[in-house]
Amino acid sequence: MHKSFDISLKNISKIEGHTHLDIAVRKGEAISAKLKISENKRFYTNAIKGMPYNGVPLRVARICGTCSPAHLSCSCEAVERAMGIELSEQSKLLREILVMANNIRDHAMHLYFFCLPDIMGKDSVLDFPKKQDYLIHNALHVKEVGNTLCNVIGGRSVHPTFASVGGFTEIPSKEGIKKAISELKEARQFALDFAGTFHEKDLSFKRESNFVALAGKKFSYIDGVIMASSGTAILEEDFRKHLERVVIPYSTSTAFEFDFKDFMVGALARVNMNKPGLNEKTRKDCAEYLKAFPSNDIFHNNLAQAIEIVHCIDRSIEELTSHDFKAEKPVEAKIGKEGIGVGVVEAPRGTLYHMVAVDKNGIVNKSEIIIPTAQNLIHMEKTMVGFVNELLRQGMGKQKISMMAERLIRAYDPCMSCATHFLKIDWREQR
Amino acid sequence: MPKKRLKTGIFSFTCCEGCTVTFIELLNKKFFEYREKMGICSFRVLKSSPKLCKMDLAIIEGAISTESERKKLLKIRKNAKKVMAIGSCAVTGMPSSQRNSFSKELKKQIWPLVKRLHQLDEIKPLHDYVKVDISLNGCPVGINHLEKSIDECLKGGKHAQKF
Repeated sequence: MHKSFDISLKNISKIEGHTHLDIAVRKGEAISAKLKISENKRFYTNAIKGMPYNGVPLRVARICGTCSPAHLSCSCEAVERAMGIELSEQSKLLREILVMANNIRDHAMHLYFFCLPDIMGKDSVLDFPKKQDYLIHNALHVKEVGNTLCNVIGGRSVHPTFASVGGFTEIPSKEGIKKAISELKEARQFALDFAGTFHEKDLSFKRESNFVALAGKKFSYIDGVIMASSGTAILEEDFRKHLERVVIPYSTSTAFEFDFKDFMVGALARVNMNKPGLNEKTRKDCAEYLKAFPSNDIFHNNLAQAIEIVHCIDRSIEELTSHDFKAEKPVEAKIGKEGIGVGVVEAPRGTLYHMVAVDKNGIVNKSEIIIPTAQNLIHMEKTMVGFVNELLRQGMGKQKISMMAERLIRAYDPCMSCATHFLKIDWREQR
Repeated sequence: MPKKRLKTGIFSFTCCEGCTVTFIELLNKKFFEYREKMGICSFRVLKSSPKLCKMDLAIIEGAISTESERKKLLKIRKNAKKVMAIGSCAVTGMPSSQRNSFSKELKKQIWPLVKRLHQLDEIKPLHDYVKVDISLNGCPVGINHLEKSIDECLKGGKHAQKF
């Protein structure tokens, strides 16, 4: 009965980016899981060295297409703090809505296109039978509203053009806002129905974990204090005192520990840490689903994402209806002093950190970017070992375990495009 | 008899995948039409596809940074009647190829890593290695541009790029 075998999944499908997964089972026990990220590095942090401060956000947003509004916003925040720029209340709100719009679009893509086929027992959303066309129709509807909102606030949904250092170069038009509100209202019921679908999930795996998220008022994605379920609370600019970089020799990415232990960021961490901050309407209509939180069940990450879509819809409607956006230019920077700035944004997949240092001419001389998937990497591998052991105890065979392992990876919603962008040179290797 | 579908593969090399996301956004409008008219045989983001198939159209994003990417690109070209490069990385190399123009000093700093990651000396656009039939530039590719070009391909137009 005590078998030994290796599972090697190449080019895992239905995730953002390229990765392989190797699992080793020895004498009936899973001993290791290695996520071998194979995405190719593009040297962004090196490229912005020597660049003027205002060119940085648009460039580093190219790290990732799917979460570009989060990278853009986070980099703007870091540059503003380094340059001593104070953002207007209106710009802060527009930035918050842009990040929420990105969340709707990105969570919708992940849940409906990557995860829903697993639940339906199909390989792909392209293989759903005609009688389930209504599901695809509803999914596209929610996805599209995220797109519309991104277009109205940011000018474009992938690599938005309006958001810049100091504010927004264009203010959304009244017609655009009207259109966004009406589409958001239309899509809300579909988003709520999908939260129900992910509430009735078939898989569960619990693991005691340290959850870390930026927690602020109104479930803000750009403002707050970094809270850990272990009890630690830290200010944004102190993040580096708690995050420790770990080199992963078999991957094009590196990983991080929080206070020297593995931890988890993302939708599950946010809902666990900040459930009372969710929009009132969301809390009311998702009351049944929210009973599950705080949760240690990794597969609840998808339910948390589904609830977040409803929250982002509800809060966007509320803010767009209660504000008039006036014409306003981005705040200009005063060049002449050196400075260091830290930006922190809750990107769709978790806490995103951008640090940038500028000299007295406004030229970047140092930068660091820490992305969510890198923070989840060690947690993912450790959870995988525990999960596979659980499946082995249930008597599951190699093939079925492979399928389940892919589903666990997908539950984390990793983003490999992002993951490779902070890999540092391991100087020891050169000797 | 159902009409012959346009057998299509969608591939991603070194890039931010923003063009793939743009294609997925296009599906908000075109999902049912493309499902009918396109036979998507390769698209890692939406389905598992263990083997490369013979294609009428290969849509490719990203620049080429490793030998294995180069080999895969050649294989795709061999199996595709038409190759469409989407986004600035595939068409021009940039911004994925930004390290090509780093200063000598900066290159010296990153070189151990370039070698360790088995990257080629330079990161290059697709047309440096294969014939590209349709080039759609932009970061990301313009969604309307992409839609019109795919529509042209579906109609079988000769000048799929023009609109």
